[in-house]
Amino acid sequence: MTTPVIELRGVSRRYDDGPPALHEASLTVRPGEAVAILGPSGSGKSTLLNLIAGLDRPDSGTVTVDGVRVDRLGEAGSALYRRSKIGMVFQFFNLLDDLTVTDNVVLPARLAGMARTEADRRAAELLELLGIDRHARAYPGRLSGGERQRVAVARALMNRPALLLADEPTGALDTAAGQDVSRLLTGLNAEGQTIVVVTHDLALARSCTNRTVRIADGRITEDVRSQAVASDAVASQAAR
Amino acid sequence: MSALGKVVRSGVGRRRVQTLVIGLATMMAVAACVLGGSLLVVSGAPFDDAFARQHGAHLSVQFDAGKVSARQLSKSKDTEGVSSAAGPFRTTTVTPRSEGAVPGWPMTVVGRGDPGRDVDEVALLDGRWATRSGEIVLSANSSLIPTMGMKIAFPDLSGGPTLTVVGVARSVTQTADAWVVPSQMPALTAPGSGGHQMLYRFTQAGTAAQITAGGKAVTASLPPGTAVGEQSWLTVRKTAERDTAVYVPFLIAFGALGLVMSVLIVGNVVASAVGTGTRRIGILKAVGLTPAQVVRAYVGQALIPAAVGTALGVLAGHLLAVPVLAETEQVYGTSSLGIAPWVDLAVIAGVLGLVAATAWASAWRAGRMRTVDALAVGRTASAGHGRWAVRLAGRLPLPQPLALGLVRPFARPARALAMGTAILFGTIAVTFTVGMGASLGQVMKAKAHDAADVVVPAPLPDFGPQGPGPGPEKQPKADPAAVAAAVEAAAGTGKYYSAATVRATVSGLTGTIDVIAFTGDASWGGYTMVAGRWIDRPGEAVVPTPFLAATGARIGDTVTLNGLAEPVTVRIVGEVLDPRNDGMQVFTDASTLTAAHPDLTETSHHIAVTPGTDVTGYVTALNRHLVPLDVSARAGGLDAGSDMVVTLNALSATLTLMLVAVAALGVLNGVLLDTRERVREIGVHKALGMTPRQTVAMVLTSVVVTGLVAGALGVPLGVVLHGWVLPAMGDSVGLRLPGSVTAVYDGAELLPLALGGLLIATLGALLPAGWAARTRTATALRTE
Repeated sequence: MTTPVIELRGVSRRYDDGPPALHEASLTVRPGEAVAILGPSGSGKSTLLNLIAGLDRPDSGTVTVDGVRVDRLGEAGSALYRRSKIGMVFQFFNLLDDLTVTDNVVLPARLAGMARTEADRRAAELLELLGIDRHARAYPGRLSGGERQRVAVARALMNRPALLLADEPTGALDTAAGQDVSRLLTGLNAEGQTIVVVTHDLALARSCTNRTVRIADGRITEDVRSQAVASDAVASQAAR
Repeated sequence: MSALGKVVRSGVGRRRVQTLVIGLATMMAVAACVLGGSLLVVSGAPFDDAFARQHGAHLSVQFDAGKVSARQLSKSKDTEGVSSAAGPFRTTTVTPRSEGAVPGWPMTVVGRGDPGRDVDEVALLDGRWATRSGEIVLSANSSLIPTMGMKIAFPDLSGGPTLTVVGVARSVTQTADAWVVPSQMPALTAPGSGGHQMLYRFTQAGTAAQITAGGKAVTASLPPGTAVGEQSWLTVRKTAERDTAVYVPFLIAFGALGLVMSVLIVGNVVASAVGTGTRRIGILKAVGLTPAQVVRAYVGQALIPAAVGTALGVLAGHLLAVPVLAETEQVYGTSSLGIAPWVDLAVIAGVLGLVAATAWASAWRAGRMRTVDALAVGRTASAGHGRWAVRLAGRLPLPQPLALGLVRPFARPARALAMGTAILFGTIAVTFTVGMGASLGQVMKAKAHDAADVVVPAPLPDFGPQGPGPGPEKQPKADPAAVAAAVEAAAGTGKYYSAATVRATVSGLTGTIDVIAFTGDASWGGYTMVAGRWIDRPGEAVVPTPFLAATGARIGDTVTLNGLAEPVTVRIVGEVLDPRNDGMQVFTDASTLTAAHPDLTETSHHIAVTPGTDVTGYVTALNRHLVPLDVSARAGGLDAGSDMVVTLNALSATLTLMLVAVAALGVLNGVLLDTRERVREIGVHKALGMTPRQTVAMVLTSVVVTGLVAGALGVPLGVVLHGWVLPAMGDSVGLRLPGSVTAVYDGAELLPLALGGLLIATLGALLPAGWAARTRTATALRTE
C-alpha cells in the first residue's frame, strides 16, 4: 500500500459562532488519484480545500499532505509547504494582470529561488505542453477564460507539486472551455498527477476524476470510488 | 443625525489612519503658523506703537560743536524732505559717579528744556522733567539704576558738579542716556569737547536708502566733516525687534513646509479615498445621494479631523510661543505680550479654508462619477499601470519579492509621487534642522572664542557683603602683570594672550560699547572674521557687524572712542562675528589704549598649551601660582550657553519631529491604501508560496525607490532652504554670517541625511507591511 498524499483525521472547523463548516471529517487520498469534492454552496468543501492547502487551520484533527503535518505549520511554514507540495487552480484564475503569461507561470518558482533562466525553460515546457506557448508574452487580460485557466494550471504545476488542488476550475468558463479544462485535468491525472477538484459540476467530476466525495453540512456523506479507473491511476503512478 | 452626517461619520470611522494623518498634518501646519504669525506681529508691535506715539526721530545726527554753529544747524530744518526737526541740543559725554560708588560707565547727556513734542517726544516714566540746573532726568535704559532723588556726581569735571535725579524717561530712538536743562550743559562740558544733536523726521523714511538720502540732504549745506555720528531709527528698531525677529524666518519656513505638506496630504488622502471607494460612491449614489452630497460627504470626512488638528495646533502654537514671548517680554519689560486673537482666527480660517478647498477639488471626481460605472468598477484597481516596469522587474537579478516591490511605484505613479512629496518635505526639514543646529553651534563657537586650552577669567568685582548697592567697592586684587608673569613662567605654556575690557562711547551712539584690548596675538583665539583682516598694529580695530551698522562705518573708516581719559581714534580693519553685547564691541590692541586707559584691570588670560602637555596637570600647576593672586585657571573656553539657541534648537527639533511624523504617516497612508488595493494580489502571492518575510520585504521595497529619490532631492533642497533662512536670521539680528556658519554641510553628513528619506519611507511602510504579511490568505483571495 502506497503512502497517502492526503490524510485527514477527524478534522473540524467552525467560523465564529456559526455551525461547524466541517465536522469530524476524515479522508485519505493516495498518489495518482483524482478526487472530486462535491457539495452544495456552504457545505464545507471550500473549507476542506483551504485546510488541505494550508490556507486555514483546523480547530481539531490532523491534516497531513505528502508527509507534512499541515495543521501544525505557521504562516511561513505554510508558504513553504504550498510552494513545494501543492499547486492551486482557482475559479477566477487569480492571475496577476500586470504580469505576462510567462511571468505569472514562473512566479512560484521565482519565489522558491529558482534561477530565472531555469524557470523560463520550465515555463516554456509547460506552456507548450498545455498548448498556450503562443501566448507566452501576452497579458492575461487578452486571453479567453479557457486559456487563462490553462495558464493557471501551468503556474500550479511549475514546482512539480505532489498535489494539484482545483477550486471550481470550470466555474467561470463556458461549456466548451470547461470541457477543455476537464480534458486537461484528465490528461494530467493520466500522467500520474494527484488531483483534488472542488466543484458543483457533476459532469466535470465524472469526466476527470476517479473518486467522488460528497459533503453536506460539513460532513462527508459519500465517498465513491471508480475501482477500475482508480487501479489504473495507481498503477500509472507506480510506473512513473 | 442626517443621512449625510451618518455617511461622513462612518467614513471618518472607517478610515482611521487617514483621519489621523489629516489631523496631524493640520496640527503641525497650524502650530507653526500660529507661532510664526504671532512672533511676526509681536516683534514689531511694541516699538512701532511707541515710535508712532512719541514721534520718534528717523535720524539723529551728532555734530562737532567746534566746527558748526547752532545757527547753521537750525537752517538744516528747512531741507527738502524733512517733515519736522528738533535741536540743535548741546551734548556731552561724561563719566558719572553715583553716591559713594566707583565711577560708572560713560554716558551721553543732552541739554533739552522740555521732553519735546513733534520729534522724539521723550516719555516720562517717573518724576518730572528737569526745570533748573542741578537736576537730571535719567533714561530708563541708562547703565545707572535710576532712583528718584539719587545724587550723581561728575568729579572729573571742573567744579565737580553734582546733579539730582528728578525723573526717569525713555526716548524710543534712544537719543540720550540722560537729559538736563540747556543751562546745565556748560558745567558738564569739558573745554574743547561737546557737540550738537539734531533730530529729524523725514517725509520718506521707510528704507535705509531713504534715511541715507535724508542724512546727506541735511548735511549737504554744512561744512564737510561736521557730522561725527548718526543713528537711524531702522537700526534702533532692528535692535528692539531682534530677539523675536530671529525666530520669524525659520518659523515662516516651517509654516510654509507644514502648509504645503498639509495640502498635499489632505489632497492625497481624499483623492485616494475617492479612488479606492469607487464602489462605495456608486452605492451612495444608487441609494439617492446627489453629486453635491457625495462631494460634501468627502469634504466633511477631511474637515472633521482637520478641525480637531487645527484646535490642537492652536493649543500647541500657544504653548510653544510661551518661551519665545517670555524672552521678548524681558526685553520690553512687559508681561502683556501674547498671541493676538486675530492671528488665531486668521490661521484657523486660512488652514480650514485651504483643507476644504483641497478636499473639494479632490472629491469633485466622486461627484461627477457615473453611478453605473462606479458600481461596475468596484474596488479593484485597473490593470495596465507600469507594465513595462513589471516586465523589467522580472528580468532583474533580484529575488522576486524585491523585484515586485521595486517596480511598484511605476504601477501607481501618482500615489508614489504623493508619498515621495511627503518624504521630500520630511527630508528637507531634517536637513534644514541639522544645518541650523550646526550653524548655531558655529555662531556660539564664534561667540565663545573658545580656542584656548586654558583660561584665567577676569576677576569679578568684589561688592562686599552688602552686594552691589551703594558703598565702597573693593578693587579686584589680581594684578594682570603678575598673572601674565605666572602664565609665562608655567611649563607647557604655548601661545598666550590677555584681553582687557573697558567701556567707552562712540560719537552719535547712546549707551556704552565694550572695548576689548588684547595684549599678545589673539588672532588664534577663535575670532571668526566676516570680512577684512585681524588687527596687527596699534591704532587698528576689528568690530562686529552691528557696530558697523549702528555707526554707518565701513572697513577702512575711523571711529573715535570717547569716555576714556582722552579720545582714541582707531581705524577699522576687519569685521568679526560676535553677537555679545548686541555686537557693540571694538577689538583692538592694548597699546592703542595706553594713554587713554593705562589701568586695565578687568583682564582675562587665554593660553594654548604646547603639544603633548596635559591640560589638567597644567591647570593644577598654574593654579598653585595663581591662588595668591585671587584668580584661578580652568580648562576650556568661555561659557557658550544661550537661551535663544536652546529655544531655537528645541523649537526646530519639535517642528521637525512633527514634520517627519506627518511624512511617515503620509507614507503609511499611501502604502496602506496600496496594500488594501492589492490584497487579492498579495493573497495570490501567498497562495503560491510567498512567506510573511517575503511579503514584508515586497511591501518595504515598494517604497525604497520613492524614499531614495525623495531623500536625494530633499537634501539639496534642505541645504537651499538653510542657505536662505540662515542669512535672513542673521540679518534679523544684525549679523552678517561668514562661510563657516552658512556652509556647514559636508559630504559625509549629506549621505546619511539622504538616507533619512529611506528611513522615513521604511518607518511609514512597516505597519502596512506587517498587516500584509499577517493577512489570511484565504480571506485575501476572497476579497474582490
